Amino acid sequence: MFRFLPLLWANLWRRRLRTVFTLLSILVAFLLFGLLEALRFAFFGGVEAASDDRLMTQHRMTIVRDLPGGYLGKVRAVPGVKFVSPQVWFGGWYQDEHKPLQVIAVEPEAFIDVYPEIRITEVEKRAWFIDRAGVIVGKDIAAQYGWHVGDHIPLQQNIPYKANGNTWDVNIRGIFDRPNGNNNGVFMQYKYLDESRQFGRGRVGWMVSRLENPADLPRIARQIDTMFENSPDETKSGSEKTWVGDFAKQVGNIGLILSAVAFAVFFTMLLVTGNTMAQAVRERTSEIGVLKTLGFSHAAVTWLVLIESLLLTLTGGAAGLGLAWLLTRGMQPFVATLLPLFKLPGHALLLGLVLTVLLGLAAGALPAARAMRLGVVQALRGG
Amino acid sequence: MASSFSQARLVTALNLRTLVTRWQSAAVTVVGIAGVMVVIVGVFSIYEGFRATLELSGAPDVMIILRGGSSDELQSGLALNAVKIVGDVPSVMRDADGPLVSGEVFSSVDLINKATGGMALVPLRGMGPQGPKLRSHLHFISGHMFTPGTNEIVVGQGAAHQFAGIEMGRELKLGANRWNVVGIFSDAGGLAESELWCDLTVLQGTLNYGTAVQSIRARLTSPEAFRAFKDTVTTDPRVNLSVVSERDYLANLSARLRGIIRSAGFAIAILMGLGAIFAALNTMYGAVAARTREIATLRALGFGAFPVVVSVLVEATMLGLIGALIGGAIGYMAFNGVQTSTLNMSSFSQVTFAFRVTGELLQWGLIYALVLALVGGVLPAIRAARLPIASGLREL
Repeated sequence: MFRFLPLLWANLWRRRLRTVFTLLSILVAFLLFGLLEALRFAFFGGVEAASDDRLMTQHRMTIVRDLPGGYLGKVRAVPGVKFVSPQVWFGGWYQDEHKPLQVIAVEPEAFIDVYPEIRITEVEKRAWFIDRAGVIVGKDIAAQYGWHVGDHIPLQQNIPYKANGNTWDVNIRGIFDRPNGNNNGVFMQYKYLDESRQFGRGRVGWMVSRLENPADLPRIARQIDTMFENSPDETKSGSEKTWVGDFAKQVGNIGLILSAVAFAVFFTMLLVTGNTMAQAVRERTSEIGVLKTLGFSHAAVTWLVLIESLLLTLTGGAAGLGLAWLLTRGMQPFVATLLPLFKLPGHALLLGLVLTVLLGLAAGALPAARAMRLGVVQALRGG
Repeated sequence: MASSFSQARLVTALNLRTLVTRWQSAAVTVVGIAGVMVVIVGVFSIYEGFRATLELSGAPDVMIILRGGSSDELQSGLALNAVKIVGDVPSVMRDADGPLVSGEVFSSVDLINKATGGMALVPLRGMGPQGPKLRSHLHFISGHMFTPGTNEIVVGQGAAHQFAGIEMGRELKLGANRWNVVGIFSDAGGLAESELWCDLTVLQGTLNYGTAVQSIRARLTSPEAFRAFKDTVTTDPRVNLSVVSERDYLANLSARLRGIIRSAGFAIAILMGLGAIFAALNTMYGAVAARTREIATLRALGFGAFPVVVSVLVEATMLGLIGALIGGAIGYMAFNGVQTSTLNMSSFSQVTFAFRVTGELLQWGLIYALVLALVGGVLPAIRAARLPIASGLREL
């Protein structure tokens, strides 16, 4: 196998410019593929991270409406519900109004119980529990703003919660890490928000429950919704997975549009690479004749052509995917507030590599078949 | 020089006639450029459609009054007296029913998006009796306006197209009450077509808002009255209000989303453009290589380098033009008028809009495609001009 490497190498560099341009166009195609996959993950990646033993309960009419705080106790009393955390959207921003934060007010103890995958040290956790103005922040957002545990920061707010002043002073009590999840969140204490707000006091935005057994989810969801039926605030409950998925779908058929773009790009690149390979083999018709005269089998010649094609797409594709990976990492801090999950996940990289191989095989197939069929005499005559 | 041009014409004509024999590699350039064109037309038709719905649909003489410091209706809240105060300002237009002022409440309802099957936050607006007169292009496609004081609801045609459960005559349950859909309206493609409308006081009751509103809309006697109106309203000591024209409000509301679509569009266009340039370069180098003997013969006969360069560039441009026309046509057929909706984070609700392939968009796409093709042709053209004649003649 390896003794053919010099021959492959010489073939590839026979028309230097053509090889370089083909490599570059494959590189660009896979760079684009990588960026689109990162974008898709930003929209739909949260669905994979969502847990199936968590139940979301919101106002039946719309998430924008809130629920009576008294619902918490009633939901907690439902058999099969282990913990319930109230959540209220706070939003807000830090320093720059155009960079909104994802601040949510929660009950700290319940929050930690409901989200066991959140990693935070015991010391920081306790410090947050006992500080009413304390917040915990995700590691990504902390890195972006250079926040450290113990920092005292002012959060700004557009929603007129307070009668005077839109500034909320909070203390950073902990920095958490949610593996493979959104690490741009800021969680403040529900009590801190509720005691100073002038409307909606005692009410909660939505509730998150953790169940003893995920299999009970449909039954418990029905039970909760029936409990509040025909009240002024009816509820709608469902799994966190469905909820996150529905939210992602709010963006619309963006997935379809992305796939269409990706398809157009691949179709184009397949043609370009395929044509290059075809040209390369056509030019070498008499050389193939020489190879076959020297005793190379039909199969060997076919493989040479296929491997050359694969070499081209794998090199270009790997470089493009690598570049996409570097770029998404570099862009992360700038898009984090808008698209916290903008990153290239491992399975997308893998899919990209599989596609480079498929592209190489598809592009090399026709020329390889032609190289195989060529008779010696005909080839020596130049096709 | 004149002979140089006539030579260029001759060589170009010869070149284009032999193009047929090289159609395979020429097709690659055409497809490459067409691919770029389709993608550009697609991505930017989203941008154009969104822009038409939000940026261009706002009226300059309709004012939106919010709580001081609020940037959108969702975060605003006003007491009832503000509606009266705004109505008393002299620059507000009046008719037999009083000042053209409407206190409004903005919420949303969860409906199913027909395209994705998922939930969608569809904007729901309660408006005062003068509200409809503040929408300049309001037109009922079927049914009629809601009757004030009843649980009747009317639906914008964008929302009617995109979301399930709000068909004409349907009954739907919002909060504790049942509502009837009694009309479907259009508003010249504007943002209002994404919304559901109902009576203000009924919605206030449903939402437990008391008499509070979130925003006030007011029509002025003319767009020029803006300054005076704003000064009067913002300096009134009884209330804390901010004023913005509907046009500016809508442009501001969509600024972020438009920015994202635009940057994504440019990034995709540039990357795909690079890919297409490489494809064109390959084809044109291939074309020059295939014509080596022909070019050398021409040069030996006394033709200059300039006509050869021109012929290569014309060939590249021709291929680019064909690709751009095919791509433009496919893009137009595939994307123009496609109805869709997306979440506008600034108002935290759905915006329905149609993709728009405008003439201007096609024109810029065409120019871009031709530039790509030309760039892909320049280097090969230079090589063609520099071909050594003697060795070229020996080339097989």
